[in-house]
Amino acid sequence: MTLYEIVQSLELEVRAGAGSLSNEVRGGYASDLLSDVLANAQEGDLWVTLQTHQNTVAVASMKGLAGIVLVNGRNPETDTLQKAEEEEIPLLVSALPSFELIGRLYKSGLSGIRR
Amino acid sequence: MSPFTVARLARQRGLDVIAICDHNSAENVTAVRTAARPIGLAVIGGMEITSQEEVHVLGLFPEDDSLAAAQDVVYEHLAGENDPNMFGEQLVMNEQEKVIQSNPKLLIGATDLTLEDVVQTIHELGGLAIASHVDRPSFSVVSQLGFIPQGLGLDAVESCSDRVSASAEGLPMISSSDAHRPGQIGTRCTRFLIDDPTIAEIGMALKNVGGRRILMEQ
Repeated sequence: MTLYEIVQSLELEVRAGAGSLSNEVRGGYASDLLSDVLANAQEGDLWVTLQTHQNTVAVASMKGLAGIVLVNGRNPETDTLQKAEEEEIPLLVSALPSFELIGRLYKSGLSGIRR
Repeated sequence: MSPFTVARLARQRGLDVIAICDHNSAENVTAVRTAARPIGLAVIGGMEITSQEEVHVLGLFPEDDSLAAAQDVVYEHLAGENDPNMFGEQLVMNEQEKVIQSNPKLLIGATDLTLEDVVQTIHELGGLAIASHVDRPSFSVVSQLGFIPQGLGLDAVESCSDRVSASAEGLPMISSSDAHRPGQIGTRCTRFLIDDPTIAEIGMALKNVGGRRILMEQ
């Protein structure tokens, strides 16, 4: 499934990296500790987090993640947006809290475990 | 930990200078300094500030005014009320070793200041910004943010291991006990070659200028 389809179906706001919405999403990972994401997220994952710091973009780029979704309508910092544009990492915002958003992502066919 | 106990144990364990850095609060600094003065222990006023990313940063300040100003900024950005049953009483003590208040704020909480804002606030007030316990799996810049952001402008990082390397990612490294209980006081320390126990001198030692430096032998 592409990121664009997820953006449409879950009404995500695209804040940066709009040129990369054709990214294929292969799974999901949820964590607010960037050290944990570095250690455990897999390439192609859509990352759900509440961290708005610019290091999120570097982590997503390093791990080859499909994109970042901020929950609870969180507002990314200016340098985070700038970095996401530079690195072409889609930065999306959902008004939903993590639990609800992840539940809907799972229902739409995304899994946190690769088979 | 009463102010007198902190001062006495620090001195007994061979320390010349300590920094008092309660979580998001500086209200016990004066009492410890008063208890420490007669026994020749210098006390630096500081705070361990929690950023919105839940990164702990030590702010060490040169004088009472800058510490008070930092305290105001932190309180303004810190929400919530403490539940003493969950997190214990947050006692504020005076120079006479008397409890004068139980701080009602949720000091264990996070401010809504970004890590960058915290470091900038400390620097604007003339303080030193040191990332706390960077080698711990929780509340450290590395655990929360994966790595130290470029251009953050930290003055040093704090290690909680006994063996300290000269630097981490180009930043000077200090070691300290992060003592939360009397038994932990003085379990680790950093030796500085400085003239006086001031922020200015420690700042020079961290930069390795003017003959001031960190002594590597423990």
